[in-house]
Amino acid sequence: MEKRGIRHWCLAAFFALFVIFLYGPTLTIIILSFQGPEGGLTFPMRGVSLHWFANLFEPQMVGDFGGSLERSLALAAIVTGLTVLIALMAGLAFRRKFFGATALFYLTVASLIVPSILISLGIGLLFNVVGVDPAWYSSALGAHLTWTLPFGVLIMLAVFNRFNRSLEEAARDLGASSWQTFVHVVLPLILPSLIGVGLFGFTLSYDEFARTIMAAGTDNTLPLEIFGMTTNVTTPVLYALGSVTTLFSFALVISCAAIALLMRRKRVA
Amino acid sequence: MSSAIETAGVKAPPLARRKPARRGKPWASVLAPYLLSLPLWIVLGIFLLIPILTIITVSFWDDQGTGFVPTFVLDNYRDSLGSWVTWKTYLSTLRFALIVWALTLSIGFTVAYYLAFHVRTTFWQMLLFQLCAIPFLTSNIIRMISWIPFLGRNGLLNTALIEIGVTDHPLEFLLYSPFSVILAFVHLYTLFMVVPIFNTMMRIDRALIEAARDGGAGPVSVLRHVVIPLSMPGIAIGTIFVVTLVMGDFVTVQMMSGGQSASVGLMMRNSISLLQYPEAAAQAVVLLLTVLMMVWAILRVVDIRKEL
Repeated sequence: MEKRGIRHWCLAAFFALFVIFLYGPTLTIIILSFQGPEGGLTFPMRGVSLHWFANLFEPQMVGDFGGSLERSLALAAIVTGLTVLIALMAGLAFRRKFFGATALFYLTVASLIVPSILISLGIGLLFNVVGVDPAWYSSALGAHLTWTLPFGVLIMLAVFNRFNRSLEEAARDLGASSWQTFVHVVLPLILPSLIGVGLFGFTLSYDEFARTIMAAGTDNTLPLEIFGMTTNVTTPVLYALGSVTTLFSFALVISCAAIALLMRRKRVA
Repeated sequence: MSSAIETAGVKAPPLARRKPARRGKPWASVLAPYLLSLPLWIVLGIFLLIPILTIITVSFWDDQGTGFVPTFVLDNYRDSLGSWVTWKTYLSTLRFALIVWALTLSIGFTVAYYLAFHVRTTFWQMLLFQLCAIPFLTSNIIRMISWIPFLGRNGLLNTALIEIGVTDHPLEFLLYSPFSVILAFVHLYTLFMVVPIFNTMMRIDRALIEAARDGGAGPVSVLRHVVIPLSMPGIAIGTIFVVTLVMGDFVTVQMMSGGQSASVGLMMRNSISLLQYPEAAAQAVVLLLTVLMMVWAILRVVDIRKEL
């Protein structure tokens, strides 16, 4: 490493500006969601209150906030479970050579880069043609999995690429069966990564919009509800909703990071 | 793997006895990867492959206003590609993609370079990296909404500009304009550049940089002849992400342009809301081919296989 000259501090300042650019707008709406009852969508603050948060939980004020929140949480939970399970299984499969492995890998990558609106339209059309009504637990669930699984599988590939196989060999040499080796050696070692995959699954599904729009059926998920609100709600209740969901995501990320860190500590100790 | 077991087997006979039991079912270990990968095949088959095939099929159907006739006509493509609006929309979307690509690349490269080469401890590297990554796990729509109090007519930026005397009336072009669309894209997607570029940079052998410096290369020269060429796979992956995301976008353009800008995704969205599914499907096929051609072109220039 070179000595810290003017270039270093310019880069550090650039990085700081980038972080402000990333977080600044979110902080602004968190502050503005505490507007007084008379306040508007922009500064100045007309008093400080929890008025808009209270407003959020009055059902008549904002569409179907409660229902869409419940659906989004349930959907995200299902997506999380399936993503962890399927990505783990696929990760294990990719450790060996098998016919179709390359095709499956490219299909996974394609799932990531095919424009979201195509997946949304395609699933909507497919359900239409087959004659099944789209719903959040069927078509939207599938649409979400096309978004969360590539991340999950790529994370698992990276994890198993770095995995030290001699640990498994040691377990087998000591007489462990394949299942015992998996449960007592492999699983504990990759658990922090699995939590990461789950976190990706949950947050990406909970915030998914573009792939859901044609696949959700009659009942909206929360992001669809929020999108609907942007066109007809002109009070800070929009910011209150934004603050609540953003803080929820932050809390989730931070607790997952803390759990992963604790597990690593425990293993070292 | 087998050699290790055999070596162990030679040294310790009891282990050798257990070997046949472990390999009692050779078909199981051959079959395992197929069974393990089956759920992924099923999900991607039903929700990615078949939907795309459905789009392709429907794009040849005849839209008679009252219903769709499953047949094979090229009308949808002729209507779509024969329209001047389509070409103009593609041009406008490509322009967005190009500008956003240039901005996310320069910002993302600089941020990744700082993290990889100027942050000294791994702990801080990971902490700052995650600081950049967390917003990705929050809602895109909320992140777009959050620009309103900043850019709006009575927003923070206009208030500040008037206060310091740059302008005497609020600037209208800040929100609901191509400017705000590009700003939102950069805000949302720079991360897609930072992550792969940072990843590639962390794998650059530091000895190469030392060698270049010992050979008399200055900082700019090291950057141009060592760091940038070796970061190319990361740059390519980031480029694929950003370009495909912008090309297929409709939410950002709709929300941030206030209906004033067009994009391919938005054009499709309009066909969909008019229930013109065969036309939307034809537009989708054209978009998919465009995106695939762009990805193919990027892969022709840069070999990313080492990254996979």
